[in-house]
Amino acid sequence: MREGRSRAFYVLAAFFAAYVLFLYGPMIAIFTLSFQGPDGGLTFPMNGISLHWFEHLFFAGTGIVDIGASFVRSAKLGLVVALLTMVISVAAGMAFRKGFRGQALVFYLAIASLIVPSIITSLGIALEFRLFDDWIKAHAAALPAFVGQDFSTSMGLLTSGLAAHLTWTLPFGLLIMFAVFNRFDRRYEEAARDLGATPWQTFRHVVLPIILPSVVGIGLFGFTLSWDEIARSSQAIGPVNTLPLDLQGLTTTVTNPDIYALGTATTGVSLVAIGLALFVIVFLQRRRSRQGEP
Amino acid sequence: MLETSFRQRAIGWLQAGPMVIIFVGFFLIPLLFVIVVSFWDYNDYEMLPVFSGRGYTDTFESCLDQLPQFCTILRTYGSTLKFCLIVWSLTLVIGFTVAYFLAFHVRSRTWQIGLSLLCTIPFWTSNVIRMIAWIPLLGRNGLVNNALVGLKIVDRPLEWLLFSEFSVVLAFVHLFTFFMVVPIFNSMIRIDKALIEAAYDSGASGFQTLVNVVIPLSKPGIVIGSIFVITIVMGDFITIGVMGGQQIASAGKIIQTRLDAIQFPAAAANAVILLAATMMIIAAMTRLVDIRKEL
Repeated sequence: MREGRSRAFYVLAAFFAAYVLFLYGPMIAIFTLSFQGPDGGLTFPMNGISLHWFEHLFFAGTGIVDIGASFVRSAKLGLVVALLTMVISVAAGMAFRKGFRGQALVFYLAIASLIVPSIITSLGIALEFRLFDDWIKAHAAALPAFVGQDFSTSMGLLTSGLAAHLTWTLPFGLLIMFAVFNRFDRRYEEAARDLGATPWQTFRHVVLPIILPSVVGIGLFGFTLSWDEIARSSQAIGPVNTLPLDLQGLTTTVTNPDIYALGTATTGVSLVAIGLALFVIVFLQRRRSRQGEP
Repeated sequence: MLETSFRQRAIGWLQAGPMVIIFVGFFLIPLLFVIVVSFWDYNDYEMLPVFSGRGYTDTFESCLDQLPQFCTILRTYGSTLKFCLIVWSLTLVIGFTVAYFLAFHVRSRTWQIGLSLLCTIPFWTSNVIRMIAWIPLLGRNGLVNNALVGLKIVDRPLEWLLFSEFSVVLAFVHLFTFFMVVPIFNSMIRIDKALIEAAYDSGASGFQTLVNVVIPLSKPGIVIGSIFVITIVMGDFITIGVMGGQQIASAGKIIQTRLDAIQFPAAAANAVILLAATMMIIAAMTRLVDIRKEL
Protein backbone atom coordinates (compact mmCIF):
# COMPACT_ATOMS: atom_id res chain seq x y z
CA MET A 1 0.00 0.00 0.00
CA ARG A 2 2.96 2.32 0.41
CA GLU A 3 4.03 2.38 -3.22
CA GLY A 4 2.13 4.35 -5.89
CA ARG A 5 -1.65 4.24 -6.36
CA SER A 6 -2.82 0.70 -7.08
CA ARG A 7 -5.37 -0.17 -9.73
CA ALA A 8 -7.85 -0.86 -6.93
CA PHE A 9 -7.56 2.80 -5.96
CA TYR A 10 -8.72 4.02 -9.36
CA VAL A 11 -11.58 1.52 -9.52
CA LEU A 12 -12.75 2.51 -6.04
CA ALA A 13 -12.29 6.21 -6.74
CA ALA A 14 -14.48 5.86 -9.84
CA PHE A 15 -17.07 4.01 -7.75
CA PHE A 16 -17.01 6.79 -5.17
CA ALA A 17 -17.36 9.45 -7.85
CA ALA A 18 -20.35 7.58 -9.27
CA TYR A 19 -21.91 7.45 -5.79
CA VAL A 20 -21.45 11.21 -5.32
CA LEU A 21 -22.96 11.85 -8.75
CA PHE A 22 -25.89 9.60 -7.81
CA LEU A 23 -26.35 11.64 -4.62
CA TYR A 24 -26.19 15.03 -6.28
CA GLY A 25 -27.61 14.43 -9.77
CA PRO A 26 -31.34 14.49 -9.01
CA MET A 27 -31.01 17.47 -6.70
CA ILE A 28 -29.10 19.53 -9.20
CA ALA A 29 -31.88 18.75 -11.66
CA ILE A 30 -34.64 20.15 -9.47
CA PHE A 31 -32.63 23.13 -8.28
CA THR A 32 -32.12 24.04 -11.92
CA LEU A 33 -35.74 23.41 -12.86
CA SER A 34 -37.06 25.55 -10.00
CA PHE A 35 -35.78 28.57 -11.92
CA GLN A 36 -37.97 27.72 -14.93
CA GLY A 37 -39.80 30.47 -16.75
CA PRO A 38 -43.57 30.87 -16.19
CA ASP A 39 -44.34 28.37 -18.98
CA GLY A 40 -41.93 25.75 -17.69
CA GLY A 41 -42.99 22.22 -16.83
CA LEU A 42 -41.75 19.44 -14.59
CA THR A 43 -39.04 18.18 -16.92
CA PHE A 44 -36.18 19.43 -19.05
CA PRO A 45 -35.60 21.36 -21.27
CA MET A 46 -35.69 24.67 -19.43
CA ASN A 47 -38.31 27.04 -20.66
CA GLY A 48 -36.75 30.40 -19.87
CA ILE A 49 -35.25 31.51 -16.58
CA SER A 50 -37.12 33.34 -13.84
CA LEU A 51 -38.01 33.48 -10.18
CA HIS A 52 -41.67 33.04 -11.15
CA TRP A 53 -42.20 29.78 -9.22
CA PHE A 54 -40.74 31.14 -5.99
CA GLU A 55 -43.05 34.11 -6.19
CA HIS A 56 -45.94 31.83 -7.06
CA LEU A 57 -45.14 29.62 -4.09
CA PHE A 58 -44.86 32.24 -1.38
CA PHE A 59 -47.21 34.97 -2.56
CA ALA A 60 -49.87 33.42 -4.74
CA GLY A 61 -49.93 30.25 -2.62
CA THR A 62 -50.45 26.82 -4.09
CA GLY A 63 -54.18 27.08 -3.65
CA ILE A 64 -54.28 24.17 -1.21
CA VAL A 65 -52.08 25.08 1.70
CA ASP A 66 -50.56 28.21 3.14
CA ILE A 67 -46.88 27.39 2.58
CA GLY A 68 -45.64 30.58 4.21
CA ALA A 69 -47.43 29.75 7.48
CA SER A 70 -46.18 26.17 7.64
CA PHE A 71 -42.67 27.43 6.82
CA VAL A 72 -42.83 29.68 9.90
CA ARG A 73 -44.33 26.90 12.07
CA SER A 74 -41.58 24.46 11.11
CA ALA A 75 -38.87 27.03 11.77
CA LYS A 76 -40.37 27.83 15.18
CA LEU A 77 -40.66 24.18 16.17
CA GLY A 78 -37.13 23.48 14.87
CA LEU A 79 -35.66 26.27 17.01
CA VAL A 80 -37.44 25.09 20.17
CA VAL A 81 -36.38 21.49 19.48
CA ALA A 82 -32.77 22.59 18.89
CA LEU A 83 -32.64 24.58 22.12
CA LEU A 84 -34.18 21.84 24.28
CA THR A 85 -32.04 19.13 22.66
CA MET A 86 -28.89 21.08 23.52
CA VAL A 87 -29.84 21.73 27.16
CA ILE A 88 -31.27 18.28 27.91
CA SER A 89 -28.45 16.37 26.17
CA VAL A 90 -25.70 18.31 27.94
CA ALA A 91 -27.38 17.80 31.33
CA ALA A 92 -27.87 14.11 30.70
CA GLY A 93 -24.32 13.79 29.33
CA MET A 94 -22.99 15.23 32.61
CA ALA A 95 -25.12 12.77 34.60
CA PHE A 96 -23.87 9.79 32.55
CA ARG A 97 -20.31 10.93 33.15
CA LYS A 98 -20.67 10.75 36.89
CA GLY A 99 -22.84 7.68 36.63
CA PHE A 100 -26.23 7.33 38.27
CA ARG A 101 -28.46 4.50 39.29
CA GLY A 102 -30.56 3.32 36.36
CA GLN A 103 -28.23 4.74 33.71
CA ALA A 104 -28.18 1.51 31.72
CA LEU A 105 -31.97 1.64 31.55
CA VAL A 106 -31.97 5.25 30.29
CA PHE A 107 -29.35 4.35 27.70
CA TYR A 108 -31.44 1.46 26.40
CA LEU A 109 -34.54 3.69 26.33
CA ALA A 110 -32.64 6.17 24.16
CA ILE A 111 -31.48 3.46 21.76
CA ALA A 112 -34.97 1.97 21.63
CA SER A 113 -36.43 5.39 20.85
CA LEU A 114 -34.01 5.57 17.94
CA ILE A 115 -34.83 2.19 16.39
CA VAL A 116 -38.52 1.66 17.07
CA PRO A 117 -40.21 2.57 13.76
CA SER A 118 -41.27 6.22 13.92
CA ILE A 119 -44.87 5.58 12.97
CA ILE A 120 -45.31 3.47 16.13
CA THR A 121 -43.95 6.20 18.42
CA SER A 122 -46.11 8.71 16.59
CA LEU A 123 -49.22 6.58 17.01
CA GLY A 124 -48.46 6.09 20.71
CA ILE A 125 -48.11 9.81 21.35
CA ALA A 126 -51.32 10.47 19.43
CA LEU A 127 -53.17 7.88 21.54
CA GLU A 128 -51.72 9.32 24.76
CA PHE A 129 -52.89 12.84 23.95
CA ARG A 130 -56.27 11.69 22.64
CA LEU A 131 -56.99 9.70 25.79
CA PHE A 132 -55.91 12.72 27.83
CA ASP A 133 -58.30 14.91 25.79
CA ASP A 134 -61.12 12.45 26.40
CA TRP A 135 -60.38 12.48 30.11
CA ILE A 136 -60.47 16.29 30.22
CA LYS A 137 -63.72 16.41 28.30
CA ALA A 138 -65.28 13.84 30.61
CA HIS A 139 -64.22 15.79 33.69
CA ALA A 140 -64.73 19.29 32.28
CA ALA A 141 -67.33 20.15 34.91
CA ALA A 142 -65.02 19.33 37.79
CA LEU A 143 -62.02 21.21 36.39
CA PRO A 144 -61.33 24.93 36.76
CA ALA A 145 -63.23 26.97 34.19
CA PHE A 146 -60.15 28.02 32.19
CA VAL A 147 -59.46 24.38 31.33
CA GLY A 148 -62.98 23.11 30.84
CA GLN A 149 -64.39 25.89 28.68
CA ASP A 150 -64.37 25.21 24.93
CA PHE A 151 -61.48 22.79 25.18
CA SER A 152 -60.94 20.93 21.95
CA THR A 153 -57.54 19.25 22.03
CA SER A 154 -54.24 19.29 23.88
CA MET A 155 -52.42 18.17 20.74
CA GLY A 156 -50.42 20.79 18.93
CA LEU A 157 -47.13 21.98 17.54
CA LEU A 158 -45.51 22.70 20.90
CA THR A 159 -47.13 19.91 22.91
CA SER A 160 -47.47 16.54 21.18
CA GLY A 161 -45.46 17.72 18.15
CA LEU A 162 -42.55 18.89 20.28
CA ALA A 163 -42.64 15.68 22.32
CA ALA A 164 -42.55 13.54 19.18
CA HIS A 165 -39.57 15.44 17.79
CA LEU A 166 -37.62 15.26 21.05
CA THR A 167 -37.93 11.45 21.15
CA TRP A 168 -36.10 11.55 17.81
CA THR A 169 -33.43 14.23 18.45
CA LEU A 170 -32.46 13.39 22.04
CA PRO A 171 -30.94 9.94 21.33
CA PHE A 172 -28.64 11.58 18.76
CA GLY A 173 -27.83 14.39 21.20
CA LEU A 174 -26.95 11.88 23.92
CA LEU A 175 -24.74 9.79 21.60
CA ILE A 176 -22.87 12.94 20.52
CA MET A 177 -22.36 13.88 24.19
CA PHE A 178 -20.90 10.41 24.83
CA ALA A 179 -18.46 10.95 21.98
CA VAL A 180 -17.56 14.41 23.31
CA PHE A 181 -16.96 13.28 26.89
CA ASN A 182 -15.01 10.20 25.76
CA ARG A 183 -12.35 12.57 24.49
CA PHE A 184 -12.62 15.08 27.31
CA ASP A 185 -9.52 15.54 29.47
CA ARG A 186 -10.63 15.25 33.09
CA ARG A 187 -7.51 17.05 34.30
CA TYR A 188 -9.04 20.42 33.38
CA GLU A 189 -11.84 19.83 35.85
CA GLU A 190 -9.50 18.52 38.51
CA ALA A 191 -7.35 21.61 38.13
CA ALA A 192 -10.40 23.85 38.49
CA ARG A 193 -11.50 21.96 41.59
CA ASP A 194 -8.01 22.18 43.11
CA LEU A 195 -8.10 25.92 42.58
CA GLY A 196 -11.28 26.06 44.62
CA ALA A 197 -13.99 26.31 41.97
CA THR A 198 -17.47 25.13 42.93
CA PRO A 199 -19.00 22.40 40.71
CA TRP A 200 -21.14 25.03 38.99
CA GLN A 201 -18.13 27.33 38.40
CA THR A 202 -16.17 24.35 37.05
CA PHE A 203 -18.98 23.61 34.61
CA ARG A 204 -19.66 27.21 33.64
CA HIS A 205 -16.07 28.39 33.20
CA VAL A 206 -14.16 25.21 32.30
CA VAL A 207 -16.31 22.40 30.90
CA LEU A 208 -18.88 24.43 28.97
CA PRO A 209 -16.43 26.60 27.01
CA ILE A 210 -14.54 23.47 25.94
CA ILE A 211 -17.60 21.53 24.78
CA LEU A 212 -19.52 24.52 23.40
CA PRO A 213 -18.66 23.94 19.71
CA SER A 214 -20.02 20.38 19.96
CA VAL A 215 -23.10 21.65 21.76
CA VAL A 216 -23.79 24.04 18.88
CA GLY A 217 -23.37 21.00 16.62
CA ILE A 218 -26.06 19.16 18.63
CA GLY A 219 -28.36 22.14 18.21
CA LEU A 220 -27.80 22.19 14.47
CA PHE A 221 -28.43 18.47 14.27
CA GLY A 222 -31.61 18.86 16.31
CA PHE A 223 -32.87 21.65 14.08
CA THR A 224 -32.33 19.80 10.82
CA LEU A 225 -33.77 16.51 12.14
CA SER A 226 -36.86 18.42 13.20
CA TRP A 227 -37.03 20.53 10.04
CA ASP A 228 -37.26 17.36 7.91
CA GLU A 229 -39.24 15.13 10.18
CA ILE A 230 -42.39 13.51 8.76
CA ALA A 231 -42.96 10.04 10.16
CA ARG A 232 -43.08 11.05 13.82
CA SER A 233 -45.05 14.22 13.13
CA SER A 234 -47.59 12.43 10.95
CA GLN A 235 -49.95 11.35 13.75
CA ALA A 236 -48.74 13.50 16.61
CA ILE A 237 -48.66 17.01 15.19
CA GLY A 238 -52.30 17.88 15.91
CA PRO A 239 -54.52 20.26 13.94
CA VAL A 240 -51.82 22.16 12.00
CA ASN A 241 -49.16 20.75 9.70
CA THR A 242 -45.44 21.33 9.52
CA LEU A 243 -43.72 22.13 6.24
CA PRO A 244 -42.56 18.57 5.37
CA LEU A 245 -46.09 17.25 5.98
CA ASP A 246 -47.55 19.84 3.62
CA LEU A 247 -44.81 19.03 1.18
CA GLN A 248 -45.66 15.34 1.31
CA GLY A 249 -49.31 16.24 0.68
CA LEU A 250 -48.31 18.29 -2.35
CA THR A 251 -46.46 15.39 -4.00
CA THR A 252 -49.73 13.69 -4.90
CA THR A 253 -50.87 16.73 -6.86
CA VAL A 254 -47.56 17.86 -8.32
CA THR A 255 -48.20 19.54 -11.65
CA ASN A 256 -45.91 22.54 -11.85
CA PRO A 257 -42.43 23.51 -10.71
CA ASP A 258 -43.52 25.35 -7.55
CA ILE A 259 -42.78 22.15 -5.63
CA TYR A 260 -39.23 22.33 -6.97
CA ALA A 261 -39.06 25.95 -5.85
CA LEU A 262 -40.18 24.80 -2.41
CA GLY A 263 -37.41 22.20 -2.42
CA THR A 264 -34.83 24.80 -3.33
CA ALA A 265 -36.13 27.17 -0.65
CA THR A 266 -36.14 24.57 2.15
CA THR A 267 -32.63 23.46 1.19
CA GLY A 268 -31.63 27.11 1.31
CA VAL A 269 -32.86 27.32 4.92
CA SER A 270 -30.85 24.20 5.81
CA LEU A 271 -27.73 25.64 4.23
CA VAL A 272 -28.20 28.94 6.08
CA ALA A 273 -28.58 26.93 9.31
CA ILE A 274 -25.32 25.03 8.69
CA GLY A 275 -23.58 28.23 7.66
CA LEU A 276 -24.63 29.98 10.88
CA ALA A 277 -23.72 26.98 13.02
CA LEU A 278 -20.30 26.60 11.38
CA PHE A 279 -19.71 30.31 11.84
CA VAL A 280 -20.55 30.08 15.54
CA ILE A 281 -18.41 26.93 15.96
CA VAL A 282 -15.39 28.52 14.28
CA PHE A 283 -15.90 31.69 16.32
CA LEU A 284 -16.05 29.70 19.57
CA GLN A 285 -12.97 27.67 18.67
CA ARG A 286 -11.01 30.80 17.81
CA ARG A 287 -11.99 32.37 21.09
CA ARG A 288 -11.13 29.17 22.93
CA SER A 289 -7.66 28.92 21.44
CA ARG A 290 -7.07 32.64 22.01
CA GLN A 291 -8.03 32.40 25.67
CA GLY A 292 -6.05 29.20 26.04
CA GLU A 293 -2.87 31.11 25.36
CA PRO A 294 -1.30 33.22 28.08
CA MET B 1 -19.46 12.16 53.61
CA LEU B 2 -22.76 10.35 53.42
CA GLU B 3 -24.49 13.67 52.89
CA THR B 4 -22.25 14.74 50.03
CA SER B 5 -22.74 11.44 48.24
CA PHE B 6 -26.50 11.84 48.59
CA ARG B 7 -26.17 15.38 47.23
CA GLN B 8 -24.08 14.09 44.35
CA ARG B 9 -26.63 11.41 43.51
CA ALA B 10 -29.44 13.94 43.70
CA ILE B 11 -27.58 16.19 41.25
CA GLY B 12 -27.07 13.24 38.90
CA TRP B 13 -30.78 12.49 38.90
CA LEU B 14 -31.65 16.15 38.39
CA GLN B 15 -29.33 16.30 35.39
CA ALA B 16 -30.68 13.13 33.83
CA GLY B 17 -34.23 13.99 34.89
CA PRO B 18 -35.46 15.94 31.85
CA MET B 19 -34.27 13.23 29.47
CA VAL B 20 -35.80 10.47 31.59
CA ILE B 21 -39.11 12.36 31.74
CA ILE B 22 -39.22 12.73 27.96
CA PHE B 23 -38.33 9.12 27.18
CA VAL B 24 -40.70 7.73 29.80
CA GLY B 25 -43.51 10.20 29.15
CA PHE B 26 -43.37 10.34 25.38
CA PHE B 27 -41.82 7.05 24.35
CA LEU B 28 -42.30 4.33 26.98
CA ILE B 29 -45.83 5.25 28.09
CA PRO B 30 -47.05 5.84 24.50
CA LEU B 31 -45.65 2.42 23.59
CA LEU B 32 -47.63 0.89 26.47
CA PHE B 33 -50.73 2.75 25.25
CA VAL B 34 -50.23 1.23 21.80
CA ILE B 35 -50.11 -2.25 23.33
CA VAL B 36 -53.13 -1.64 25.60
CA VAL B 37 -55.26 0.01 22.90
CA SER B 38 -54.44 -2.82 20.47
CA PHE B 39 -56.65 -5.00 22.72
CA TRP B 40 -59.58 -2.58 22.74
CA ASP B 41 -62.78 -2.75 20.75
CA TYR B 42 -63.87 -0.12 18.24
CA ASN B 43 -66.77 0.98 16.08
CA ASP B 44 -66.99 3.28 13.08
CA TYR B 45 -66.07 6.47 14.87
CA GLU B 46 -64.43 5.77 18.21
CA MET B 47 -62.41 3.29 20.27
CA LEU B 48 -64.16 1.47 23.10
CA PRO B 49 -62.13 0.63 26.21
CA VAL B 50 -63.29 -2.97 26.58
CA PHE B 51 -61.08 -5.97 26.03
CA SER B 52 -61.27 -7.37 22.52
CA GLY B 53 -58.97 -9.16 20.12
CA ARG B 54 -60.74 -7.56 17.17
CA GLY B 55 -57.78 -5.42 16.15
CA TYR B 56 -55.82 -8.62 15.58
CA THR B 57 -58.59 -10.84 14.22
CA ASP B 58 -59.61 -8.14 11.70
CA THR B 59 -56.01 -7.89 10.59
CA PHE B 60 -55.68 -11.62 10.00
CA GLU B 61 -59.23 -12.00 8.70
CA SER B 62 -59.73 -15.19 6.69
CA CYS B 63 -55.99 -15.86 6.63
CA LEU B 64 -56.51 -19.47 7.63
CA ASP B 65 -59.24 -20.06 5.04
CA GLN B 66 -57.11 -18.77 2.22
CA LEU B 67 -54.13 -21.02 2.90
CA PRO B 68 -52.03 -22.06 1.07
CA GLN B 69 -52.52 -18.65 -0.60
CA PHE B 70 -51.31 -15.70 1.44
CA CYS B 71 -53.89 -13.22 2.69
CA THR B 72 -53.42 -9.44 2.36
CA ILE B 73 -51.50 -8.93 5.59
CA LEU B 74 -49.07 -11.77 4.92
CA ARG B 75 -48.57 -10.61 1.33
CA THR B 76 -47.90 -7.08 2.58
CA TYR B 77 -45.34 -8.32 5.08
CA GLY B 78 -43.82 -10.49 2.38
CA SER B 79 -43.49 -7.45 0.11
CA THR B 80 -42.05 -5.30 2.94
CA LEU B 81 -39.50 -8.01 3.78
CA LYS B 82 -38.59 -8.26 0.11
CA PHE B 83 -37.90 -4.49 0.00
CA CYS B 84 -35.91 -4.87 3.21
CA LEU B 85 -33.74 -7.60 1.77
CA ILE B 86 -33.09 -5.87 -1.57
CA VAL B 87 -32.41 -2.45 -0.02
CA TRP B 88 -30.27 -3.98 2.72
CA SER B 89 -28.05 -5.88 0.28
CA LEU B 90 -27.66 -2.88 -2.05
CA THR B 91 -26.92 -0.38 0.71
CA LEU B 92 -24.52 -2.87 2.30
CA VAL B 93 -22.50 -3.45 -0.88
CA ILE B 94 -22.44 0.23 -1.89
CA GLY B 95 -21.95 1.49 1.67
CA PHE B 96 -19.15 -0.97 2.38
CA THR B 97 -17.35 -0.07 -0.84
CA VAL B 98 -17.61 3.68 -0.18
CA ALA B 99 -16.47 3.25 3.43
CA TYR B 100 -13.59 1.01 2.32
CA PHE B 101 -12.44 3.61 -0.18
CA LEU B 102 -12.62 6.42 2.39
CA ALA B 103 -10.94 4.44 5.16
CA PHE B 104 -8.14 2.66 3.29
CA HIS B 105 -7.50 4.45 0.03
CA VAL B 106 -7.91 8.09 1.01
CA ARG B 107 -4.69 8.77 2.81
CA SER B 108 -4.94 12.17 4.45
CA ARG B 109 -7.31 12.98 7.28
CA THR B 110 -8.31 16.25 5.61
CA TRP B 111 -9.39 14.48 2.43
CA GLN B 112 -11.31 11.89 4.46
CA ILE B 113 -13.23 14.62 6.26
CA GLY B 114 -13.73 16.62 3.07
CA LEU B 115 -15.10 13.69 1.07
CA SER B 116 -17.35 12.59 3.95
CA LEU B 117 -18.78 16.11 4.16
CA LEU B 118 -19.39 16.01 0.42
CA CYS B 119 -21.61 12.97 1.01
CA THR B 120 -23.53 14.59 3.88
CA ILE B 121 -24.50 17.85 2.16
CA PRO B 122 -27.47 16.29 0.30
CA PHE B 123 -28.92 15.29 3.69
CA TRP B 124 -29.70 18.92 4.35
CA THR B 125 -32.46 18.67 1.77
CA SER B 126 -35.79 17.26 2.85
CA ASN B 127 -36.25 13.58 2.02
CA VAL B 128 -39.48 14.23 0.16
CA ILE B 129 -37.71 16.72 -2.08
CA ARG B 130 -34.96 14.19 -2.71
CA MET B 131 -37.65 11.72 -3.76
CA ILE B 132 -39.47 13.98 -6.17
CA ALA B 133 -36.09 15.03 -7.54
CA TRP B 134 -36.25 11.81 -9.54
CA ILE B 135 -39.24 13.06 -11.56
CA PRO B 136 -37.25 15.15 -14.07
CA LEU B 137 -34.89 12.21 -14.57
CA LEU B 138 -37.15 9.16 -14.57
CA GLY B 139 -40.56 10.53 -15.60
CA ARG B 140 -42.16 9.69 -18.92
CA ASN B 141 -40.55 12.77 -20.49
CA GLY B 142 -37.56 12.65 -18.21
CA LEU B 143 -33.91 12.71 -19.18
CA VAL B 144 -33.45 8.92 -19.02
CA ASN B 145 -36.45 8.13 -21.20
CA ASN B 146 -35.60 10.90 -23.68
CA ALA B 147 -32.10 9.52 -23.98
CA LEU B 148 -33.27 5.93 -24.40
CA VAL B 149 -35.83 6.90 -27.05
CA GLY B 150 -33.37 9.26 -28.74
CA LEU B 151 -30.74 6.53 -28.96
CA LYS B 152 -33.43 4.17 -30.30
CA ILE B 153 -32.81 1.69 -27.50
CA VAL B 154 -36.53 1.58 -26.77
CA ASP B 155 -39.51 2.53 -28.98
CA ARG B 156 -41.54 4.34 -26.38
CA PRO B 157 -40.81 5.69 -22.89
CA LEU B 158 -40.39 3.08 -20.16
CA GLU B 159 -43.24 3.22 -17.64
CA TRP B 160 -41.58 1.27 -14.84
CA LEU B 161 -38.91 3.86 -14.11
CA LEU B 162 -41.08 5.99 -11.85
CA PHE B 163 -43.84 5.20 -9.34
CA SER B 164 -42.88 1.56 -9.34
CA GLU B 165 -41.07 -0.95 -7.13
CA PHE B 166 -37.92 0.01 -9.01
CA SER B 167 -38.19 3.68 -8.03
CA VAL B 168 -38.99 2.76 -4.42
CA VAL B 169 -35.78 0.71 -4.15
CA LEU B 170 -33.82 3.43 -5.94
CA ALA B 171 -35.08 6.08 -3.53
CA PHE B 172 -34.30 3.93 -0.48
CA VAL B 173 -30.75 3.35 -1.71
CA HIS B 174 -30.39 7.02 -2.59
CA LEU B 175 -31.63 8.22 0.80
CA PHE B 176 -30.19 5.70 3.23
CA THR B 177 -26.90 4.27 1.92
CA PHE B 178 -24.98 6.85 3.90
CA PHE B 179 -26.43 5.43 7.14
CA MET B 180 -24.48 2.30 6.23
CA VAL B 181 -21.31 4.21 5.31
CA VAL B 182 -20.92 6.06 8.63
CA PRO B 183 -20.83 3.12 11.09
CA ILE B 184 -18.78 0.91 8.74
CA PHE B 185 -16.26 3.70 8.17
CA ASN B 186 -16.15 4.21 11.93
CA SER B 187 -15.28 0.52 12.47
CA MET B 188 -12.74 0.53 9.66
CA ILE B 189 -10.65 3.47 10.85
CA ARG B 190 -10.21 1.68 14.18
CA ILE B 191 -8.58 -1.31 12.47
CA ASP B 192 -4.87 -1.36 13.26
CA LYS B 193 -3.05 -0.82 9.96
CA ALA B 194 -0.32 -3.18 11.21
CA LEU B 195 -2.78 -6.06 10.92
CA ILE B 196 -3.21 -5.37 7.24
CA GLU B 197 0.52 -5.04 6.68
CA ALA B 198 0.93 -8.35 8.51
CA ALA B 199 -1.59 -10.03 6.21
CA TYR B 200 0.25 -8.70 3.14
CA ASP B 201 3.61 -9.75 4.52
CA SER B 202 2.28 -13.25 5.16
CA GLY B 203 1.41 -13.44 1.48
CA ALA B 204 -2.33 -12.75 1.53
CA SER B 205 -3.79 -11.25 -1.63
CA GLY B 206 -5.78 -8.04 -1.45
CA PHE B 207 -8.99 -10.04 -1.68
CA GLN B 208 -7.93 -12.48 1.04
CA THR B 209 -7.06 -9.57 3.33
CA LEU B 210 -10.46 -8.06 2.67
CA VAL B 211 -12.34 -11.26 3.45
CA ASN B 212 -10.26 -12.51 6.37
CA VAL B 213 -9.18 -9.28 8.07
CA VAL B 214 -11.20 -6.23 7.06
CA ILE B 215 -14.71 -7.70 6.90
CA PRO B 216 -14.56 -9.53 10.26
CA LEU B 217 -13.19 -6.43 11.97
CA SER B 218 -15.85 -4.19 10.37
CA LYS B 219 -18.66 -6.44 11.59
CA PRO B 220 -19.86 -4.13 14.38
CA GLY B 221 -20.26 -1.25 11.92
CA ILE B 222 -21.97 -3.50 9.42
CA VAL B 223 -24.46 -4.65 12.06
CA ILE B 224 -25.23 -1.13 13.31
CA GLY B 225 -25.70 0.17 9.77
CA SER B 226 -27.89 -2.80 8.93
CA ILE B 227 -30.11 -2.21 11.96
CA PHE B 228 -30.57 1.42 10.90
CA VAL B 229 -31.46 0.57 7.32
CA ILE B 230 -33.73 -2.36 8.20
CA THR B 231 -35.75 -0.49 10.84
CA ILE B 232 -36.20 2.42 8.42
CA VAL B 233 -37.46 0.20 5.60
CA MET B 234 -39.65 -1.94 7.88
CA GLY B 235 -41.55 1.06 9.27
CA ASP B 236 -41.55 3.16 6.12
CA PHE B 237 -44.72 4.51 4.60
CA ILE B 238 -43.47 7.78 3.13
CA THR B 239 -40.89 6.61 0.59
CA ILE B 240 -43.08 3.70 -0.49
CA GLY B 241 -46.04 6.08 -0.68
CA VAL B 242 -44.40 8.84 -2.70
CA MET B 243 -42.16 6.70 -4.93
CA GLY B 244 -44.72 3.94 -5.36
CA GLY B 245 -47.37 6.42 -6.50
CA GLN B 246 -49.44 5.44 -3.40
CA GLN B 247 -50.04 2.06 -5.06
CA ILE B 248 -47.71 -0.25 -3.14
CA ALA B 249 -48.69 -1.68 0.26
CA SER B 250 -46.26 -1.82 3.18
CA ALA B 251 -46.35 -2.69 6.85
CA GLY B 252 -46.16 1.00 7.77
CA LYS B 253 -48.87 2.00 5.30
CA ILE B 254 -51.36 -0.47 6.81
CA ILE B 255 -51.10 1.47 10.07
CA GLN B 256 -51.63 4.76 8.26
CA THR B 257 -54.66 3.40 6.37
CA ARG B 258 -56.25 2.16 9.62
CA LEU B 259 -55.62 5.56 11.19
CA ASP B 260 -57.25 7.36 8.27
CA ALA B 261 -60.30 5.20 8.97
CA ILE B 262 -60.07 6.23 12.68
CA GLN B 263 -59.68 2.57 13.68
CA PHE B 264 -57.16 3.16 16.46
CA PRO B 265 -57.23 -0.33 18.00
CA ALA B 266 -56.67 -1.92 14.60
CA ALA B 267 -53.84 0.53 13.87
CA ALA B 268 -52.34 -0.24 17.29
CA ALA B 269 -52.60 -4.00 16.67
CA ASN B 270 -50.71 -3.55 13.40
CA ALA B 271 -48.13 -1.41 15.19
CA VAL B 272 -47.59 -4.20 17.73
CA ILE B 273 -47.14 -6.73 14.91
CA LEU B 274 -44.69 -4.42 13.12
CA LEU B 275 -42.80 -3.82 16.36
CA ALA B 276 -42.54 -7.56 17.02
CA ALA B 277 -41.32 -8.24 13.48
CA THR B 278 -38.71 -5.46 13.64
CA MET B 279 -37.50 -6.48 17.08
CA MET B 280 -37.06 -10.09 15.97
CA ILE B 281 -34.83 -9.00 13.10
CA ILE B 282 -32.80 -6.70 15.38
CA ALA B 283 -32.50 -9.38 18.06
CA ALA B 284 -31.12 -11.74 15.45
CA MET B 285 -28.59 -9.12 14.36
CA THR B 286 -27.47 -8.12 17.87
CA ARG B 287 -26.70 -11.78 18.60
CA LEU B 288 -23.80 -11.12 16.23
CA VAL B 289 -22.34 -8.13 18.07
CA ASP B 290 -22.46 -6.25 21.36
CA ILE B 291 -23.50 -2.73 20.38
CA ARG B 292 -22.67 -1.14 23.73
CA LYS B 293 -19.00 -1.90 23.29
CA GLU B 294 -18.92 0.07 20.06
CA LEU B 295 -19.89 3.51 21.32
